[in-house]
Amino acid sequence: MTLLTKTATELQSLLHKKEVSVKELTKESLTRIAKIDGDVQAFLTITDDEALARAEQLDNQPLEGRGPLFGLPIGLKDNIVTKDVVTTCGSKMLEDFVPVYDATVVEKLNAAGMVTVGKLNMDEFAMGSTTERSAFKQTHNPWNLKHVPGGSSGGPAAAVAAGEVPFALGSDTGGSVRQPAAFCGVVGMKPTYGRVSRFGLVAFASSLDQIGPITRNVEDNALLLSAIAGVDPKDSSTSPNEVPDFKAALTGDVKGLKIGVPKEYLSDGVAEEVKNAVKEALNVLVSLGAEWEEVTLPHVKYASPTYYVISSSEASSNLSRFDGIRYGYRPEDAKNLEELYLRSRSEGFGDEVKKRILYGTYALSADHHKDLYVKAQKVRALIAQDFANLFEKYDVIIGPSSATTAYEMGQLINNPLTLYANDVLTVPINLAGVPAISVPCGFADGLPIGLQIIGKHFDEATVYRVAHAYEQATDFHTSTPDIWEGK
Amino acid sequence: MTQFTKDDVYYFAKFARLAMTDSEAESYASRLSDMIGFADALKEVDTENVGPMTHPLKLINVLREDIPTDRLDREEMLKSVKEHEAGMIKVPNIL
Repeated sequence: MTLLTKTATELQSLLHKKEVSVKELTKESLTRIAKIDGDVQAFLTITDDEALARAEQLDNQPLEGRGPLFGLPIGLKDNIVTKDVVTTCGSKMLEDFVPVYDATVVEKLNAAGMVTVGKLNMDEFAMGSTTERSAFKQTHNPWNLKHVPGGSSGGPAAAVAAGEVPFALGSDTGGSVRQPAAFCGVVGMKPTYGRVSRFGLVAFASSLDQIGPITRNVEDNALLLSAIAGVDPKDSSTSPNEVPDFKAALTGDVKGLKIGVPKEYLSDGVAEEVKNAVKEALNVLVSLGAEWEEVTLPHVKYASPTYYVISSSEASSNLSRFDGIRYGYRPEDAKNLEELYLRSRSEGFGDEVKKRILYGTYALSADHHKDLYVKAQKVRALIAQDFANLFEKYDVIIGPSSATTAYEMGQLINNPLTLYANDVLTVPINLAGVPAISVPCGFADGLPIGLQIIGKHFDEATVYRVAHAYEQATDFHTSTPDIWEGK
Repeated sequence: MTQFTKDDVYYFAKFARLAMTDSEAESYASRLSDMIGFADALKEVDTENVGPMTHPLKLINVLREDIPTDRLDREEMLKSVKEHEAGMIKVPNIL
Protein backbone atom coordinates (compact mmCIF):
# COMPACT_ATOMS: atom_id res chain seq x y z
CA MET A 1 0.00 0.00 0.00
CA THR A 2 1.40 3.35 -1.01
CA LEU A 3 1.55 6.50 1.08
CA LEU A 4 -0.27 8.20 -1.77
CA THR A 5 -3.60 6.64 -0.69
CA LYS A 6 -3.63 9.05 2.22
CA THR A 7 -5.43 12.38 2.08
CA ALA A 8 -3.56 15.68 1.98
CA THR A 9 -4.46 16.27 5.62
CA GLU A 10 -3.09 12.87 6.67
CA LEU A 11 0.12 13.39 4.68
CA GLN A 12 0.54 16.84 6.22
CA SER A 13 0.31 15.34 9.66
CA LEU A 14 3.03 12.77 8.75
CA LEU A 15 5.25 15.58 7.43
CA HIS A 16 4.77 17.56 10.65
CA LYS A 17 5.60 14.57 12.81
CA LYS A 18 8.70 14.02 10.62
CA GLU A 19 7.52 10.48 9.93
CA VAL A 20 7.99 11.19 6.25
CA SER A 21 9.91 13.88 4.35
CA VAL A 22 8.92 15.79 1.23
CA LYS A 23 11.76 14.02 -0.54
CA GLU A 24 10.38 10.61 0.43
CA LEU A 25 6.91 11.57 -0.78
CA THR A 26 8.33 12.87 -4.07
CA LYS A 27 10.36 9.66 -4.49
CA GLU A 28 7.27 7.59 -3.78
CA SER A 29 5.44 9.35 -6.60
CA LEU A 30 8.40 9.02 -9.01
CA THR A 31 8.85 5.35 -8.12
CA ARG A 32 5.20 4.63 -8.79
CA ILE A 33 5.39 6.48 -12.11
CA ALA A 34 8.45 4.37 -13.06
CA LYS A 35 6.62 1.19 -12.08
CA ILE A 36 3.14 1.83 -13.48
CA ASP A 37 3.35 4.41 -16.24
CA GLY A 38 4.76 1.98 -18.77
CA ASP A 39 1.27 0.48 -18.80
CA VAL A 40 -0.85 3.58 -18.22
CA GLN A 41 1.15 6.06 -20.35
CA ALA A 42 -0.24 9.11 -18.56
CA PHE A 43 2.95 11.20 -18.49
CA LEU A 44 4.53 13.06 -21.41
CA THR A 45 7.36 14.57 -19.35
CA ILE A 46 8.68 13.50 -15.96
CA THR A 47 10.58 16.25 -14.14
CA ASP A 48 12.32 13.96 -11.65
CA ASP A 49 15.55 15.93 -11.14
CA GLU A 50 13.76 19.26 -10.66
CA ALA A 51 11.18 17.64 -8.38
CA LEU A 52 13.80 16.01 -6.13
CA ALA A 53 15.86 19.20 -5.91
CA ARG A 54 12.75 21.16 -4.98
CA ALA A 55 11.72 18.52 -2.43
CA GLU A 56 15.08 18.88 -0.71
CA GLN A 57 14.66 22.66 -0.51
CA LEU A 58 11.15 22.29 0.87
CA ASP A 59 12.30 19.87 3.56
CA ASN A 60 14.51 22.65 4.89
CA GLN A 61 11.61 25.04 5.33
CA PRO A 62 10.31 25.50 8.88
CA LEU A 63 7.11 23.71 9.91
CA GLU A 64 5.30 26.93 10.76
CA GLY A 65 3.79 28.69 7.79
CA ARG A 66 3.35 25.49 5.79
CA GLY A 67 -0.07 25.24 4.11
CA PRO A 68 -2.29 22.17 3.71
CA LEU A 69 -0.72 21.15 0.37
CA PHE A 70 2.91 21.73 1.33
CA GLY A 71 5.33 19.16 -0.05
CA LEU A 72 2.71 17.14 -1.92
CA PRO A 73 3.32 15.88 -5.49
CA ILE A 74 1.17 17.04 -8.42
CA GLY A 75 1.02 16.44 -12.18
CA LEU A 76 -0.11 19.04 -14.71
CA LYS A 77 -2.00 18.66 -17.97
CA ASP A 78 0.40 19.56 -20.74
CA ASN A 79 -1.53 22.65 -21.83
CA ILE A 80 -0.57 24.47 -18.61
CA VAL A 81 2.67 26.33 -19.28
CA THR A 82 5.66 25.64 -17.04
CA LYS A 83 8.82 27.74 -17.12
CA ASP A 84 11.77 25.81 -18.59
CA VAL A 85 9.70 22.60 -18.88
CA VAL A 86 8.47 21.59 -22.33
CA THR A 87 4.70 22.17 -22.78
CA THR A 88 3.37 20.34 -25.84
CA CYS A 89 -0.41 20.64 -25.60
CA GLY A 90 -0.40 17.10 -27.03
CA SER A 91 0.57 18.58 -30.41
CA LYS A 92 3.45 18.28 -32.82
CA MET A 93 3.01 22.05 -33.18
CA LEU A 94 4.43 22.56 -29.67
CA GLU A 95 6.61 19.44 -29.49
CA ASP A 96 9.71 21.40 -28.44
CA PHE A 97 8.05 24.49 -26.94
CA VAL A 98 9.77 25.51 -23.70
CA PRO A 99 7.78 28.31 -22.05
CA VAL A 100 9.67 31.20 -20.50
CA TYR A 101 7.11 31.81 -17.77
CA ASP A 102 4.80 29.89 -15.43
CA ALA A 103 1.01 29.88 -15.66
CA THR A 104 -0.64 31.71 -12.75
CA VAL A 105 -1.89 28.37 -11.37
CA VAL A 106 1.70 27.07 -11.39
CA GLU A 107 2.89 30.14 -9.47
CA LYS A 108 0.13 29.45 -6.96
CA LEU A 109 1.05 25.75 -6.64
CA ASN A 110 4.66 26.77 -6.07
CA ALA A 111 3.61 29.29 -3.44
CA ALA A 112 1.58 26.53 -1.75
CA GLY A 113 4.75 24.40 -1.61
CA MET A 114 3.58 21.70 -4.03
CA VAL A 115 6.06 19.64 -6.05
CA THR A 116 5.38 19.23 -9.78
CA VAL A 117 6.54 15.79 -10.89
CA GLY A 118 5.60 15.99 -14.56
CA LYS A 119 3.33 16.92 -17.44
CA LEU A 120 0.37 14.80 -18.48
CA ASN A 121 -1.05 13.54 -21.76
CA MET A 122 -4.11 15.04 -23.42
CA ASP A 123 -5.98 15.22 -26.71
CA GLU A 124 -4.22 17.66 -29.03
CA PHE A 125 -5.14 21.22 -27.97
CA ALA A 126 -7.74 19.62 -25.63
CA MET A 127 -9.94 18.74 -28.63
CA GLY A 128 -11.25 15.28 -27.88
CA SER A 129 -12.82 13.11 -25.21
CA THR A 130 -10.70 9.96 -25.29
CA THR A 131 -7.03 11.19 -25.25
CA GLU A 132 -6.62 9.17 -28.47
CA ARG A 133 -6.02 12.49 -30.23
CA SER A 134 -2.67 13.08 -28.56
CA ALA A 135 0.14 13.41 -31.11
CA PHE A 136 2.46 11.44 -28.83
CA LYS A 137 0.95 8.46 -27.04
CA GLN A 138 -2.21 6.68 -26.03
CA THR A 139 -3.10 6.80 -22.36
CA HIS A 140 -4.85 3.72 -20.98
CA ASN A 141 -7.62 3.55 -18.40
CA PRO A 142 -6.07 2.16 -15.17
CA TRP A 143 -9.25 0.16 -14.49
CA ASN A 144 -8.97 -1.67 -17.80
CA LEU A 145 -6.01 -0.97 -20.05
CA LYS A 146 -8.05 -1.80 -23.18
CA HIS A 147 -10.29 1.19 -22.48
CA VAL A 148 -9.74 4.91 -22.91
CA PRO A 149 -9.27 7.16 -19.86
CA GLY A 150 -11.66 9.74 -21.34
CA GLY A 151 -10.49 13.18 -22.32
CA SER A 152 -9.23 15.57 -23.01
CA SER A 153 -7.61 15.46 -19.51
CA GLY A 154 -7.07 11.69 -19.83
CA GLY A 155 -3.47 11.87 -18.61
CA PRO A 156 -4.31 13.74 -15.37
CA ALA A 157 -7.29 11.49 -14.54
CA ALA A 158 -5.40 8.27 -15.30
CA ALA A 159 -2.33 9.38 -13.28
CA VAL A 160 -4.48 10.06 -10.20
CA ALA A 161 -6.49 6.85 -10.65
CA ALA A 162 -3.28 4.80 -10.93
CA GLY A 163 -1.91 6.36 -7.75
CA GLU A 164 1.04 7.93 -9.58
CA VAL A 165 0.18 11.34 -8.12
CA PRO A 166 -2.49 12.25 -5.56
CA PHE A 167 -3.17 15.58 -7.31
CA ALA A 168 -3.43 16.80 -10.90
CA LEU A 169 -4.70 19.82 -12.76
CA GLY A 170 -6.71 19.41 -15.93
CA SER A 171 -8.68 21.83 -18.05
CA ASP A 172 -12.37 21.65 -18.93
CA THR A 173 -13.82 23.35 -22.02
CA GLY A 174 -16.75 20.99 -22.57
CA GLY A 175 -16.28 18.25 -19.95
CA SER A 176 -12.55 17.56 -20.22
CA VAL A 177 -12.05 17.32 -16.43
CA ARG A 178 -15.37 15.71 -15.41
CA GLN A 179 -15.71 13.02 -18.09
CA PRO A 180 -12.19 11.56 -17.64
CA ALA A 181 -12.65 11.81 -13.85
CA ALA A 182 -15.83 9.74 -14.25
CA PHE A 183 -14.15 7.23 -16.60
CA CYS A 184 -11.20 6.80 -14.20
CA GLY A 185 -13.15 6.77 -10.91
CA VAL A 186 -11.65 9.95 -9.44
CA VAL A 187 -12.95 13.40 -8.39
CA GLY A 188 -12.83 16.19 -10.98
CA MET A 189 -14.11 19.76 -10.58
CA LYS A 190 -14.89 22.30 -13.31
CA PRO A 191 -15.02 25.56 -11.36
CA THR A 192 -17.22 28.53 -12.25
CA TYR A 193 -15.94 30.35 -15.33
CA GLY A 194 -13.70 33.13 -13.97
CA ARG A 195 -12.89 31.38 -10.69
CA VAL A 196 -9.40 30.26 -11.79
CA SER A 197 -6.97 32.28 -13.89
CA ARG A 198 -6.48 31.09 -17.46
CA PHE A 199 -3.17 32.97 -17.76
CA GLY A 200 -0.72 30.39 -19.05
CA LEU A 201 -3.39 27.89 -20.11
CA VAL A 202 -2.95 27.37 -23.86
CA ALA A 203 -6.24 28.75 -25.18
CA PHE A 204 -8.80 26.51 -26.88
CA ALA A 205 -12.16 28.31 -26.49
CA SER A 206 -11.71 31.35 -24.31
CA SER A 207 -15.33 31.81 -23.21
CA LEU A 208 -15.50 28.18 -22.03
CA ASP A 209 -12.00 27.10 -20.84
CA GLN A 210 -11.42 26.63 -17.13
CA ILE A 211 -8.64 24.84 -15.21
CA GLY A 212 -9.87 22.31 -12.65
CA PRO A 213 -8.46 19.97 -9.96
CA ILE A 214 -8.47 16.15 -10.22
CA THR A 215 -7.96 14.19 -6.97
CA ARG A 216 -8.91 10.92 -5.25
CA ASN A 217 -11.30 12.52 -2.77
CA VAL A 218 -13.46 15.61 -2.35
CA GLU A 219 -11.51 17.18 0.51
CA ASP A 220 -8.25 17.14 -1.45
CA ASN A 221 -10.10 18.62 -4.39
CA ALA A 222 -11.49 21.47 -2.27
CA LEU A 223 -8.01 22.21 -0.90
CA LEU A 224 -6.50 22.31 -4.37
CA LEU A 225 -9.20 24.62 -5.75
CA SER A 226 -8.70 26.96 -2.77
CA ALA A 227 -5.01 27.09 -3.66
CA ILE A 228 -5.44 27.98 -7.35
CA ALA A 229 -8.58 30.17 -7.32
CA GLY A 230 -8.84 33.94 -7.23
CA VAL A 231 -8.67 37.13 -9.23
CA ASP A 232 -5.57 37.56 -11.42
CA PRO A 233 -4.50 40.88 -12.93
CA LYS A 234 -3.05 38.86 -15.84
CA ASP A 235 -6.48 37.41 -16.73
CA SER A 236 -9.13 40.12 -16.95
CA SER A 237 -11.88 37.48 -17.12
CA THR A 238 -11.17 36.29 -13.56
CA SER A 239 -13.80 37.27 -11.03
CA PRO A 240 -13.06 39.65 -8.16
CA ASN A 241 -15.46 37.57 -5.99
CA GLU A 242 -13.89 36.44 -2.75
CA VAL A 243 -12.72 32.81 -2.68
CA PRO A 244 -14.31 31.01 0.28
CA ASP A 245 -12.50 28.37 2.33
CA PHE A 246 -13.85 25.37 0.42
CA LYS A 247 -12.66 22.87 3.01
CA ALA A 248 -14.72 24.65 5.67
CA ALA A 249 -17.80 23.99 3.52
CA LEU A 250 -17.45 20.21 4.01
CA THR A 251 -19.85 19.97 6.92
CA GLY A 252 -21.48 16.69 5.95
CA ASP A 253 -24.87 18.34 6.36
CA VAL A 254 -27.31 18.15 3.43
CA LYS A 255 -30.54 18.26 5.43
CA GLY A 256 -33.23 20.13 3.51
CA LEU A 257 -31.03 20.40 0.39
CA LYS A 258 -33.14 20.81 -2.74
CA ILE A 259 -31.93 18.81 -5.73
CA GLY A 260 -33.22 19.14 -9.29
CA VAL A 261 -32.76 16.10 -11.53
CA PRO A 262 -33.26 17.00 -15.20
CA LYS A 263 -35.20 14.30 -17.05
CA GLU A 264 -32.89 14.94 -20.03
CA TYR A 265 -30.02 13.59 -17.89
CA LEU A 266 -31.76 10.24 -17.39
CA SER A 267 -33.06 9.88 -20.94
CA ASP A 268 -32.85 6.91 -23.31
CA GLY A 269 -29.35 7.87 -24.44
CA VAL A 270 -27.96 7.13 -20.97
CA ALA A 271 -26.88 3.55 -20.23
CA GLU A 272 -29.14 1.64 -17.84
CA GLU A 273 -26.36 0.89 -15.33
CA VAL A 274 -25.43 4.60 -15.26
CA LYS A 275 -29.03 5.63 -14.63
CA ASN A 276 -29.31 3.06 -11.84
CA ALA A 277 -26.12 4.28 -10.18
CA VAL A 278 -27.37 7.89 -10.26
CA LYS A 279 -30.76 6.87 -8.80
CA GLU A 280 -28.94 4.94 -6.07
CA ALA A 281 -26.86 8.05 -5.33
CA LEU A 282 -30.04 10.12 -5.04
CA ASN A 283 -31.36 7.57 -2.53
CA VAL A 284 -28.19 8.03 -0.49
CA LEU A 285 -28.63 11.81 -0.48
CA VAL A 286 -32.31 11.43 0.48
CA SER A 287 -31.27 9.20 3.38
CA LEU A 288 -29.02 12.08 4.49
CA GLY A 289 -31.97 14.49 4.49
CA ALA A 290 -31.96 15.95 0.97
CA GLU A 291 -34.99 16.08 -1.34
CA TRP A 292 -35.07 15.70 -5.11
CA GLU A 293 -37.56 16.42 -7.88
CA GLU A 294 -37.55 15.76 -11.59
CA VAL A 295 -37.05 18.97 -13.56
CA THR A 296 -36.38 19.93 -17.15
CA LEU A 297 -33.68 21.81 -19.05
CA PRO A 298 -35.66 22.29 -22.29
CA HIS A 299 -32.79 23.62 -24.43
CA VAL A 300 -30.12 21.20 -23.28
CA LYS A 301 -30.70 18.93 -26.29
CA TYR A 302 -29.19 21.70 -28.42
CA ALA A 303 -26.11 22.00 -26.22
CA SER A 304 -23.73 19.81 -28.28
CA PRO A 305 -24.24 21.53 -31.66
CA THR A 306 -24.16 24.91 -29.87
CA TYR A 307 -20.92 23.95 -28.15
CA TYR A 308 -19.23 22.76 -31.34
CA VAL A 309 -20.09 25.97 -33.21
CA ILE A 310 -18.90 28.24 -30.40
CA SER A 311 -15.82 26.27 -29.35
CA SER A 312 -14.63 25.70 -32.95
CA SER A 313 -15.14 29.38 -33.80
CA GLU A 314 -13.15 30.52 -30.79
CA ALA A 315 -10.50 27.87 -31.51
CA SER A 316 -10.08 28.97 -35.14
CA SER A 317 -9.35 32.46 -33.85
CA ASN A 318 -7.15 31.40 -30.91
CA LEU A 319 -5.08 28.98 -32.96
CA SER A 320 -4.28 31.58 -35.60
CA ARG A 321 -1.31 32.55 -33.38
CA PHE A 322 0.53 29.38 -34.44
CA ASP A 323 2.27 30.71 -37.52
CA GLY A 324 5.72 29.13 -37.16
CA ILE A 325 7.42 32.42 -36.35
CA ARG A 326 7.59 33.18 -32.63
CA TYR A 327 7.31 29.64 -31.27
CA GLY A 328 6.17 26.19 -32.24
CA TYR A 329 6.75 23.94 -35.23
CA ARG A 330 8.59 25.50 -38.15
CA PRO A 331 9.68 23.72 -41.35
CA GLU A 332 13.38 24.18 -42.13
CA ASP A 333 13.26 25.10 -45.78
CA ALA A 334 10.25 27.34 -46.43
CA LYS A 335 11.02 29.59 -49.40
CA ASN A 336 8.79 32.49 -48.49
CA LEU A 337 6.58 33.74 -45.68
CA GLU A 338 3.33 32.40 -47.14
CA GLU A 339 4.86 28.93 -47.47
CA LEU A 340 6.17 29.18 -43.91
CA TYR A 341 2.66 29.89 -42.55
CA LEU A 342 1.05 27.18 -44.64
CA ARG A 343 3.56 24.46 -43.93
CA SER A 344 3.95 25.26 -40.22
CA ARG A 345 0.22 24.96 -39.67
CA SER A 346 -0.46 22.06 -42.04
CA GLU A 347 2.44 19.95 -40.77
CA GLY A 348 2.15 21.05 -37.10
CA PHE A 349 -1.58 20.56 -36.44
CA GLY A 350 -3.25 17.14 -36.36
CA ASP A 351 -6.35 16.06 -38.23
CA GLU A 352 -9.03 16.82 -35.61
CA VAL A 353 -7.55 20.25 -34.84
CA LYS A 354 -7.55 21.16 -38.54
CA LYS A 355 -11.14 20.01 -38.85
CA ARG A 356 -12.24 22.24 -35.97
CA ILE A 357 -10.27 25.21 -37.36
CA LEU A 358 -12.00 24.71 -40.72
CA TYR A 359 -15.41 24.42 -39.06
CA GLY A 360 -14.80 27.55 -37.00
CA THR A 361 -13.53 29.46 -40.02
CA TYR A 362 -16.73 28.49 -41.83
CA ALA A 363 -18.96 29.42 -38.85
CA LEU A 364 -17.32 32.86 -38.58
CA SER A 365 -17.34 33.61 -42.32
CA ALA A 366 -19.45 36.51 -43.57
CA ASP A 367 -22.08 34.27 -45.15
CA HIS A 368 -22.58 31.96 -42.17
CA HIS A 369 -21.69 34.09 -39.15
CA LYS A 370 -25.29 35.06 -38.40
CA ASP A 371 -26.83 31.62 -38.97
CA LEU A 372 -24.20 29.66 -37.12
CA TYR A 373 -22.00 31.64 -34.72
CA VAL A 374 -24.50 34.26 -33.56
CA LYS A 375 -27.32 31.72 -33.62
CA ALA A 376 -25.30 29.42 -31.36
CA GLN A 377 -24.61 32.33 -29.00
CA LYS A 378 -28.35 32.97 -28.76
CA VAL A 379 -29.09 29.32 -28.04
CA ARG A 380 -26.31 29.48 -25.45
CA ALA A 381 -28.22 32.31 -23.74
CA LEU A 382 -31.33 30.09 -23.60
CA ILE A 383 -29.35 27.18 -22.14
CA ALA A 384 -27.85 29.48 -19.48
CA GLN A 385 -31.35 30.78 -18.71
CA ASP A 386 -32.62 27.19 -18.25
CA PHE A 387 -30.02 26.73 -15.51
CA ALA A 388 -30.76 30.13 -13.93
CA ASN A 389 -34.47 29.24 -13.77
CA LEU A 390 -33.78 25.96 -11.97
CA PHE A 391 -31.35 27.55 -9.55
CA GLU A 392 -34.10 29.86 -8.30
CA LYS A 393 -35.67 26.80 -6.70
CA TYR A 394 -32.92 24.19 -6.34
CA ASP A 395 -29.54 24.24 -4.57
CA VAL A 396 -27.86 21.80 -6.95
CA ILE A 397 -28.68 19.89 -10.12
CA ILE A 398 -27.63 16.26 -10.31
CA GLY A 399 -27.19 13.76 -13.13
CA PRO A 400 -24.56 11.45 -14.59
CA SER A 401 -21.18 12.85 -15.75
CA SER A 402 -21.19 10.63 -18.81
CA ALA A 403 -23.83 8.57 -20.56
CA THR A 404 -21.69 5.42 -20.47
CA THR A 405 -18.57 4.03 -18.82
CA ALA A 406 -15.21 4.28 -20.62
CA TYR A 407 -15.22 3.20 -24.27
CA GLU A 408 -12.87 0.60 -25.66
CA MET A 409 -9.87 2.08 -27.41
CA GLY A 410 -10.57 2.68 -31.07
CA GLN A 411 -14.29 2.10 -30.57
CA LEU A 412 -15.48 5.61 -31.37
CA ILE A 413 -12.45 7.41 -32.76
CA ASN A 414 -13.91 7.26 -36.28
CA ASN A 415 -17.38 8.11 -35.14
CA PRO A 416 -17.07 11.77 -34.15
CA LEU A 417 -20.78 12.55 -34.13
CA THR A 418 -21.43 9.86 -31.51
CA LEU A 419 -18.57 11.27 -29.43
CA TYR A 420 -19.92 14.81 -29.83
CA ALA A 421 -23.45 13.71 -28.91
CA ASN A 422 -22.06 12.02 -25.78
CA ASP A 423 -20.84 15.42 -24.62
CA VAL A 424 -24.44 16.51 -24.02
CA LEU A 425 -24.22 15.91 -20.25
CA THR A 426 -21.12 18.06 -19.74
CA VAL A 427 -21.08 20.87 -22.34
CA PRO A 428 -24.20 22.70 -21.08
CA ILE A 429 -22.31 23.45 -17.84
CA ASN A 430 -19.49 25.22 -19.72
CA LEU A 431 -22.00 27.09 -21.89
CA ALA A 432 -23.76 28.35 -18.74
CA GLY A 433 -20.45 28.98 -16.96
CA VAL A 434 -21.56 27.25 -13.74
CA PRO A 435 -19.42 24.88 -11.61
CA ALA A 436 -19.81 21.08 -11.61
CA ILE A 437 -17.99 18.14 -10.07
CA SER A 438 -17.80 14.46 -10.95
CA VAL A 439 -17.51 11.99 -8.05
CA PRO A 440 -17.37 8.17 -8.25
CA CYS A 441 -20.83 6.59 -7.77
CA GLY A 442 -20.49 2.98 -8.86
CA PHE A 443 -19.05 0.46 -11.28
CA ALA A 444 -20.31 -1.46 -14.29
CA ASP A 445 -18.21 -4.36 -15.61
CA GLY A 446 -15.30 -3.13 -13.53
CA LEU A 447 -15.39 0.39 -14.99
CA PRO A 448 -16.25 3.44 -12.84
CA ILE A 449 -19.40 5.58 -13.13
CA GLY A 450 -19.40 9.30 -12.28
CA LEU A 451 -22.06 11.39 -10.55
CA GLN A 452 -22.24 15.00 -11.71
CA ILE A 453 -23.25 17.69 -9.20
CA ILE A 454 -23.87 21.10 -10.74
CA GLY A 455 -24.06 24.34 -8.73
CA LYS A 456 -24.89 28.02 -9.01
CA HIS A 457 -22.32 30.51 -10.29
CA PHE A 458 -19.53 30.83 -7.68
CA ASP A 459 -21.21 28.35 -5.35
CA GLU A 460 -18.56 25.62 -5.53
CA ALA A 461 -18.90 25.49 -1.72
CA THR A 462 -22.35 23.88 -1.96
CA VAL A 463 -21.20 21.55 -4.74
CA TYR A 464 -18.31 20.38 -2.55
CA ARG A 465 -20.56 20.04 0.52
CA VAL A 466 -22.98 17.75 -1.35
CA ALA A 467 -20.17 15.78 -3.04
CA HIS A 468 -18.39 15.28 0.28
CA ALA A 469 -21.54 14.22 2.18
CA TYR A 470 -22.26 11.68 -0.56
CA GLU A 471 -18.67 10.45 -0.69
CA GLN A 472 -18.48 9.97 3.08
CA ALA A 473 -21.68 7.91 3.00
CA THR A 474 -20.31 5.59 0.29
CA ASP A 475 -17.02 3.81 -0.38
CA PHE A 476 -16.58 4.00 -4.15
CA HIS A 477 -13.73 6.48 -3.78
CA THR A 478 -11.72 4.01 -1.70
CA SER A 479 -11.62 1.36 -4.46
CA THR A 480 -8.40 1.12 -6.42
CA PRO A 481 -7.73 -0.59 -9.76
CA ASP A 482 -5.66 -3.81 -9.83
CA ILE A 483 -2.79 -1.95 -11.46
CA TRP A 484 -2.52 0.09 -8.25
CA GLU A 485 -0.21 -2.48 -6.68
CA GLY A 486 1.83 -2.83 -9.86
CA LYS A 487 2.19 -5.79 -12.19
CA MET B 1 -28.62 19.41 -45.21
CA THR B 2 -25.83 21.61 -46.52
CA GLN B 3 -23.24 19.68 -48.51
CA PHE B 4 -19.67 20.78 -48.10
CA THR B 5 -17.66 20.24 -51.29
CA LYS B 6 -13.95 19.84 -51.82
CA ASP B 7 -13.91 23.34 -53.31
CA ASP B 8 -15.53 24.68 -50.11
CA VAL B 9 -12.80 23.00 -48.08
CA TYR B 10 -10.07 24.63 -50.19
CA TYR B 11 -11.86 27.99 -50.00
CA PHE B 12 -12.02 28.04 -46.19
CA ALA B 13 -8.62 26.36 -45.77
CA LYS B 14 -7.08 29.32 -47.57
CA PHE B 15 -8.33 31.71 -44.86
CA ALA B 16 -7.09 29.36 -42.14
CA ARG B 17 -3.67 29.00 -43.87
CA LEU B 18 -4.01 25.23 -44.14
CA ALA B 19 -2.71 23.26 -47.09
CA MET B 20 -3.93 19.76 -47.84
CA THR B 21 -3.88 16.93 -50.34
CA ASP B 22 -6.83 16.08 -52.52
CA SER B 23 -7.78 13.05 -50.43
CA GLU B 24 -7.57 15.07 -47.21
CA ALA B 25 -9.87 17.71 -48.73
CA GLU B 26 -12.30 14.99 -49.72
CA SER B 27 -12.31 13.58 -46.20
CA TYR B 28 -12.82 17.03 -44.63
CA ALA B 29 -15.66 17.77 -47.08
CA SER B 30 -17.57 14.75 -45.89
CA ARG B 31 -16.84 15.31 -42.19
CA LEU B 32 -17.63 19.03 -42.32
CA SER B 33 -20.92 18.24 -44.07
CA ASP B 34 -21.70 16.05 -41.05
CA MET B 35 -20.78 18.88 -38.65
CA ILE B 36 -22.98 21.35 -40.50
CA GLY B 37 -25.80 18.81 -40.51
CA PHE B 38 -25.28 18.38 -36.76
CA ALA B 39 -25.79 22.15 -36.30
CA ASP B 40 -28.99 22.11 -38.39
CA ALA B 41 -30.91 21.34 -35.19
CA LEU B 42 -30.26 24.92 -34.03
CA LYS B 43 -32.53 26.24 -36.80
CA GLU B 44 -35.61 24.97 -35.00
CA VAL B 45 -34.90 27.02 -31.85
CA ASP B 46 -36.90 30.23 -31.62
CA THR B 47 -34.34 32.95 -30.81
CA GLU B 48 -36.48 35.83 -32.04
CA ASN B 49 -36.13 37.94 -28.88
CA VAL B 50 -32.90 36.49 -27.52
CA GLY B 51 -29.62 38.37 -27.44
CA PRO B 52 -26.36 36.53 -28.15
CA MET B 53 -24.42 35.41 -25.06
CA THR B 54 -20.83 36.32 -25.75
CA HIS B 55 -19.40 35.55 -22.33
CA PRO B 56 -20.45 33.73 -19.14
CA LEU B 57 -19.70 36.61 -16.77
CA LYS B 58 -21.09 40.10 -16.82
CA LEU B 59 -17.74 41.84 -16.42
CA ILE B 60 -17.54 45.18 -18.17
CA ASN B 61 -14.41 47.15 -19.02
CA VAL B 62 -11.90 45.52 -16.71
CA LEU B 63 -9.19 48.17 -16.52
CA ARG B 64 -5.86 48.48 -14.79
CA GLU B 65 -3.41 51.30 -14.22
CA ASP B 66 -1.20 51.83 -17.26
CA ILE B 67 2.10 51.17 -15.53
CA PRO B 68 4.89 49.54 -17.54
CA THR B 69 6.50 46.54 -15.86
CA ASP B 70 9.58 44.52 -16.74
CA ARG B 71 8.03 41.10 -16.82
CA LEU B 72 10.39 39.23 -19.12
CA ASP B 73 13.64 40.29 -20.66
CA ARG B 74 14.23 40.10 -24.37
CA GLU B 75 16.81 37.33 -24.23
CA GLU B 76 14.39 35.16 -22.36
CA MET B 77 11.49 35.87 -24.69
CA LEU B 78 13.61 34.94 -27.69
CA LYS B 79 14.41 31.51 -26.22
CA SER B 80 11.53 29.80 -28.00
CA VAL B 81 12.09 31.63 -31.31
CA LYS B 82 13.67 29.36 -33.92
CA GLU B 83 15.61 32.06 -35.79
CA HIS B 84 16.58 35.47 -34.49
CA GLU B 85 19.35 37.99 -34.88
CA ALA B 86 20.26 41.10 -32.89
CA GLY B 87 17.07 40.82 -30.83
CA MET B 88 14.83 40.50 -33.87
CA ILE B 89 12.85 37.55 -35.21
CA LYS B 90 13.93 36.30 -38.64
CA VAL B 91 11.45 35.20 -41.29
CA PRO B 92 12.02 34.08 -44.89
CA ASN B 93 12.11 36.70 -47.64
CA ILE B 94 8.75 38.29 -48.27
CA LEU B 95 9.57 39.73 -51.70
